[in-house]
Amino acid sequence: MNDETSPIANKKYLTFVLATEEYAVDILRVQEIKGWNKVTKIPNTPDYICGVINLRGTIVPIIDLRLRFSLEEQTYGAMTVVVVVKVLSDNKKERIMGIVVDAVSDVYDVPENQIKPPPDFGSVISTEFVKGLATVDEKMVIILDIDRLLNSKELALVESIVQ
Amino acid sequence: MPVDLTEVRKLFFEESFENLDVMESSLLDLEVETIDQELINNIFRAAHSIKGGAGIFKFDHVTDFAHAAETLLDEMRNEDHLITQSLIDLLLRSVDVLRMMLSALQEAGTYDFQEAQACQKELQKALKNQNESEADKTSQFISPIEARRFVTDKILLENTEESLATNQGWKILFKPDLSMLKTGNDPINLFRELDQLGDLDVKVDTSQLPALEDLDPQLCYLSWELILHGDVERAEIDEIFEWVEDECELQITSLEAPSEPVEVSPIVPTLPDAGETGLFEQAEVSSKPETVVQETVDDIALEEAEEPTFNKPEAEKESVCETETRVEAVVETEASEGVSESDTELEVSDTPAVVETAVSVDEKATSAPDISVPIKTPEVQKGAAEGVVHHATTEASSNSIRVNIDKIDSLINMVGELVITQSMLDQIGEHFDSSRITHLRDGLAQLERNSRELQENVMRIRMLPISYSFNRFPRLVHDLSAKLGKKIELKLSGEQTELDKTVLEKMSDPLVHLVRNALDHGIEIPELRRAAGKSETGELHLHAFHQGGNIIIQINDDGAGFDLDKIRAKAIEKGFLNPEDHPSQEQLYDLIFQPGFSTANQVSNVSGRGVGMDVVRRNIRALGGSIEVKSQRGKGSTFTIRLPLTLAILDGQLVRVGDEIYILSLLSIIESLRIKRNLVNSFAGFAEVYRLRDEYIPILRLYDLFGITPTSTQLEHGLLVIVEGDGQKMGLFVDELLSQQQIVIKSLESNYKKVEGLSGATILGDGSVALILDVAGLIHLFQSQIKAPHTRFHFLSGVRYER
Amino acid sequence: MTDYNILISDDSVAMRQMLRLTLSDAAYHVTEANNGKQALELAQSQSFDLIITDVNMPLLDGLSLVRELRALPEYQFKPILLLTTETDPEKKKKAKTVGATGWIIKPFDPDKLLAAIRKVLR
Repeated sequence: MNDETSPIANKKYLTFVLATEEYAVDILRVQEIKGWNKVTKIPNTPDYICGVINLRGTIVPIIDLRLRFSLEEQTYGAMTVVVVVKVLSDNKKERIMGIVVDAVSDVYDVPENQIKPPPDFGSVISTEFVKGLATVDEKMVIILDIDRLLNSKELALVESIVQ
Repeated sequence: MPVDLTEVRKLFFEESFENLDVMESSLLDLEVETIDQELINNIFRAAHSIKGGAGIFKFDHVTDFAHAAETLLDEMRNEDHLITQSLIDLLLRSVDVLRMMLSALQEAGTYDFQEAQACQKELQKALKNQNESEADKTSQFISPIEARRFVTDKILLENTEESLATNQGWKILFKPDLSMLKTGNDPINLFRELDQLGDLDVKVDTSQLPALEDLDPQLCYLSWELILHGDVERAEIDEIFEWVEDECELQITSLEAPSEPVEVSPIVPTLPDAGETGLFEQAEVSSKPETVVQETVDDIALEEAEEPTFNKPEAEKESVCETETRVEAVVETEASEGVSESDTELEVSDTPAVVETAVSVDEKATSAPDISVPIKTPEVQKGAAEGVVHHATTEASSNSIRVNIDKIDSLINMVGELVITQSMLDQIGEHFDSSRITHLRDGLAQLERNSRELQENVMRIRMLPISYSFNRFPRLVHDLSAKLGKKIELKLSGEQTELDKTVLEKMSDPLVHLVRNALDHGIEIPELRRAAGKSETGELHLHAFHQGGNIIIQINDDGAGFDLDKIRAKAIEKGFLNPEDHPSQEQLYDLIFQPGFSTANQVSNVSGRGVGMDVVRRNIRALGGSIEVKSQRGKGSTFTIRLPLTLAILDGQLVRVGDEIYILSLLSIIESLRIKRNLVNSFAGFAEVYRLRDEYIPILRLYDLFGITPTSTQLEHGLLVIVEGDGQKMGLFVDELLSQQQIVIKSLESNYKKVEGLSGATILGDGSVALILDVAGLIHLFQSQIKAPHTRFHFLSGVRYER
Repeated sequence: MTDYNILISDDSVAMRQMLRLTLSDAAYHVTEANNGKQALELAQSQSFDLIITDVNMPLLDGLSLVRELRALPEYQFKPILLLTTETDPEKKKKAKTVGATGWIIKPFDPDKLLAAIRKVLR
């Protein structure tokens, strides 16, 4: 229970659903939630990079988390939701990106001390982008580190040098 | 209210750098032996200006240095000096030193102090008249703080009784010459100033006044005896009479002096007529309390002295001395009872220099707290003191742009038109029915025109003439040709051609590199030129002009040109070519731009190892431009650089491949055509080439490269767009050509990353995103995807390079 | 005080700005010229109570400007001050030989400048 004498860090998280799993991201990183729009594909990119969209004049890449997590693919439709997030890279550069999810759930307060570290499944599943696990409304929620998730080497977002 | 120096400081730096440019170009124009008075005067004035301005901010090193240069220039303009090349070079060196010092001061950096001192010594040595030099005024001593407003709140506290009792003061006998008034000096003003210093009694002597009809109002017939009571320095009185010293008889004696002062002229108390009042009677000056607060103080100290009304700019708060200094701020307050703020206020209205201050006054205290303010002392290294100046605001010179006011005016007009059109459309929209369709169309057409014009005008604001870049070349050529022992004449043309500021800035280094190359490797030494039947002086021509939507910059030299055989040999040696290859001229020239390729026999430290060329080309490509070289052995070479006029917009051709729309820059398109099957040839089993007149052009199936499903894979069902990038031609196979339109280039990299083959993206009219193709990148992608490693090929017009 | 019109002439923008700030602070009305010729023209088209001029300027230098001004009836006795960097007293007095009222040493102390002006303006 909360210790009344010391303040507990409480952060708000936006939870969303992917297949049967619940995920959460820091609400402060969420810029907006929008519906699915036609995406312009970028040639020769991994399948989980859907492409780019026009977000009020800015070009924003869209990542399909299902494919990113190697879950079963879904076709996009009217119910598909894109969560637009702010991602920070090491050199403090801020990027805007969108992640495709099945549905958005709710915003919850999760005290920091209630976030448990993720179990180690060995090298099968990389969990470097999982901040931890929390229990919300009796469900397990996987809290994502959005920076690590969208900055990872696999995504190869490091600026490549012109050949 | 203190004077805000930040604006003046900015002006000073701007102006000084301009003056340095003037000095430099004038020095370069100066002919040895002949004295062009106008030029020398220009140079002198420029140096003088810099010196004056530096004085405001107490940049003493700069002042001293500029003074040394100025003195030499003064001798030169007074014809005390013959103008020699070494003098010119010394002065050019001084310009460099001043630039260095000023840049350091502007950006709170450091500069090479030793070089500055050495150069200054040279300047002083060069003087004919050594007395003029004030030689060792080189500031080794303390350089005081950056100038700030000296706050003087003149509230002289005079306890009348006290001073009279102690007999402090002066007796001044003042007899102006008859003509003293003619220079605008009026005794009454002087007396009023004296009165500020203390308690003034004035007695006038009118004995020399002539009769009224003989009186010339412009002459001064009067003389005065003035008694000034108070604790006044002799120097203060001297200062008041400074200007008229030579035009009067002036005798100043201390009241405390034992002997009686000698009377210069009879003193008569009053005029017999006009009642009690004479021209100047015992002017009784009521003593108003004044406190002299003289401060040379840092803001910190001021705060400590509880003087909150100073509104110095934030930046000044952290100002530091030029060299190390300990500044002692002495705040003197003298007080007596009865001094109230309101009294102070009265004084303020009378003397504009008085600053309203809430001075906390100690009773009867004759000296206030001594405030010593140690200012941050930059480290002074032994033997090489670095001039360090900390200034809270550093000047970011490249974040601003100077714009010709005409451009702004036309912009304002455009916007005005836009507003009119908008309100017109508004009106149409209010009561709209189908009968007003033509009006609507007209309005929209007008809107389109307005927008386009507005856009063009805005673009032009970002444009600067290329002279900003070209201007550094006279100096460069002058110095380099001397260093290389070559004679070179530089010709510049088209300096007024405008281009985008960012493009200009990014082209600066590449241009310098190309010029250095031309000087170093292109133009031959005089003997060789003579032997080749050319004039000894080589010619380097920089030429800029607009063509289509581009700016073209040509660098042409009449030197040795490129030796194609040498290039070929080197290429084979370095593995770029096989001995049996037959590359075309174009391809050979292209090799110059390969990294690690240099035909320079000796690596000169002027232009380096020749690694620059590939960087030059890369930089130019990154700007969306291209570079080509044409040369003739023995005759010379010409580098032609093509750059877009703006970075943000391009004229694009929309193409469709399957369901995707891509954009090609119109500039990269040579032509588009329907494919005739019989002109398509297979090559080595895996590649296709198209015969276009006398050339064979490789075909790139875009859908294949991009992994898209096209409408048709049959070549004759689609179109071939012949494009050019990096000196190579390619045929892009697409399904359809769509419209041409102006494209606003949006960055892919800001939120995603750079993708090879794409130079950005844009947003189409329907809001969807279309990717912009980068031809050079496509060609590279294509070449790297061809699965035949480590083989070299000859396309009949192309050579394949494996790196 | 606010009724006094002062003409300043100097080819350095920074110096003019410095003068302007100091003078306007003291509620004088300031007009600027960037060379002697312009100063002369302005002096003829407007009425100034005081003229402060630099010595080194293009087109018409300070000393010549003073001479020209003194030849005009309107400015025969009006105060004219020269801004000079000279500290040599002999050279300072050169100002007087052309008819200047006085001189001010550059770089100037704002208060000294204002005090100097008070010596010549009521």
